[in-house]
Amino acid sequence: MEPISGIPAIVAMALKNLGIFTLVILVVAYATYAERRVSAFIQDRRGPNRVGPFGLLQPIADGIKNILKEETLPGTASRFFFILAPILVLVPSLVTFAVIPIAAPLPTRWGVVDMIIADVPIGILYVLAFSSLAVYGVVLGGWASNNKYAFLGGLRASAQMVSYEVALGLSLIAVLMLAGNVTLTEMVWQQQQLGMWFAFPLSLAFILFVISAFAETNRLPFDMPEAESELVTGYHTEYSAMKFSAFMISEFGHMVTASALMATIFLGGWDLPGTWDNAFWYNGQLISGFAENGTPIAAQPAVWKTLLTFGGFAAKTGFFLLVYIWIRWTLPRFRYDQVMALGWKVMLPTSLGYVMLVAMTILVLDELGVQYGFLFGLVLTAVSGAATLSFMFFLDRGRTIAGAGAQRTQKVEVKTTPTAVVSGRAEPAPAGD
Amino acid sequence: MAISVKLMHRPEPESTSYLRAALSGMALTFKHMVNPTKVTQQYPEEMTDLSPRWRGTHVMEQHADGRPKCVACGLCPTVCPANCIRLVGGEDDQGNRYPIVYEIDEFRCIFCGMCQEVCPVEAIHVGRHFENAEYTRDRFVYDLDRLMEQDHPSTLLWDPSDPSSE
Repeated sequence: MEPISGIPAIVAMALKNLGIFTLVILVVAYATYAERRVSAFIQDRRGPNRVGPFGLLQPIADGIKNILKEETLPGTASRFFFILAPILVLVPSLVTFAVIPIAAPLPTRWGVVDMIIADVPIGILYVLAFSSLAVYGVVLGGWASNNKYAFLGGLRASAQMVSYEVALGLSLIAVLMLAGNVTLTEMVWQQQQLGMWFAFPLSLAFILFVISAFAETNRLPFDMPEAESELVTGYHTEYSAMKFSAFMISEFGHMVTASALMATIFLGGWDLPGTWDNAFWYNGQLISGFAENGTPIAAQPAVWKTLLTFGGFAAKTGFFLLVYIWIRWTLPRFRYDQVMALGWKVMLPTSLGYVMLVAMTILVLDELGVQYGFLFGLVLTAVSGAATLSFMFFLDRGRTIAGAGAQRTQKVEVKTTPTAVVSGRAEPAPAGD
Repeated sequence: MAISVKLMHRPEPESTSYLRAALSGMALTFKHMVNPTKVTQQYPEEMTDLSPRWRGTHVMEQHADGRPKCVACGLCPTVCPANCIRLVGGEDDQGNRYPIVYEIDEFRCIFCGMCQEVCPVEAIHVGRHFENAEYTRDRFVYDLDRLMEQDHPSTLLWDPSDPSSE
């Protein structure tokens, strides 16, 4: 099968752009619905169930409401940056999806279409670049509002996102060493070749990435920038109507993108168990693997394979979305110092050490002549599993993120000399004059 | 008198857990997530049972020919602790007294039910009803026609087969 080219390729590209963007926006809308529904179920409530069947039209009602509401502009706000900020947050959260493959290649009459908007060779670097752009919007929104709570929220956002960006990037290095490439399509292919998803051979990187992704998306228990009990609603305190909605959409857009990324990098993306769906462009040819003597085997793309793999991808992304929501309604917010301590004292050294560990393991396996395959993955799984368990053990001792109750007992000296009280009845308080 | 300070027993940091506590918390929320029993009542579809002693919006009983049973004796505006009943009585050709104006301000009413207790002809009753929403405030002053139009049952405190509770 030949890749699609010429005019059909342009049409396919336009259709993919439209389709995937619409899909992401739709998923974002229904993520808000799911958030409200799941949170209601967790609290034994019913959640929105009035607009349409099971409340399924609720996101549309919310959208209409937000469009019709009055746009307010604080008098002392910096007008240009105030309006720029929601745009700066919204765009990076959506464009990141362009490099994530969502299904196996689709065969058409004109050629095979990759189910990815842009298979750019820089892949992960593009994702990292754009996801760090989002912090500018948050900081700018907090600063331009000219409101102290918004400003504090923006400050916290910048500190938190910068701190966890480090651990995020370092946890990805282990993945890059194993995958040998930064494009997400090749990462999926390498997971197919390894015979297992990277969540197993790189379990600690997976955990670090999930924690950092929570911090990067400002979701509980890392919602320091919003922290409604401390900062009103943080950086978007002054925003109303559609501009507030843009912040909301971008939060959920980040969630969806981060979920899709975690699914792609660690759970094999659109890959389903078995080798039947393997497909990769190798020297201009769609292959499903290599024979014993190294000759590539041509892949047989099919529409049902595309649909099935897309279902797998959607299920994995949905699973992470559910985990996002589930964790939000379970765990309370960290204190600010706990966030910083976790980021710099736990995540950073752990990810650095883990990079070393994975590098050494891969080097040893290469020296021993172990082929890249299931055994390779199995050894890495064992090593990573041990690292993960020890990480859990030390994290669980509560030194860094102990609860508020866990403080060293302070001995209080109580003096019990009965001198002052004579009559046994307390003197009535003097009346206010 | 000795002053005593209650020392809270706090676990030492080494003996506490974040991960295990977090995981058990997630197990708990998951149990609730899949639990089909909900505490929310689906209000318009499923109504709460009203108490048998419920006293709500008033109902004026009427004769078969549509005249109100009220004889404008003036007992209910006299007994009303909230002073929410306005009554102007009249007399027709046969000498029967009837209300010309009979208004109850449902905002001022405290739904004590004393108007019903005091009524000698069992004409005014409090009802088993509570959905009184209106768009304007003046709609809350119920006049005689409106009181007779109320189609909800009167309170269970009053038994029509034993009107004077004997």
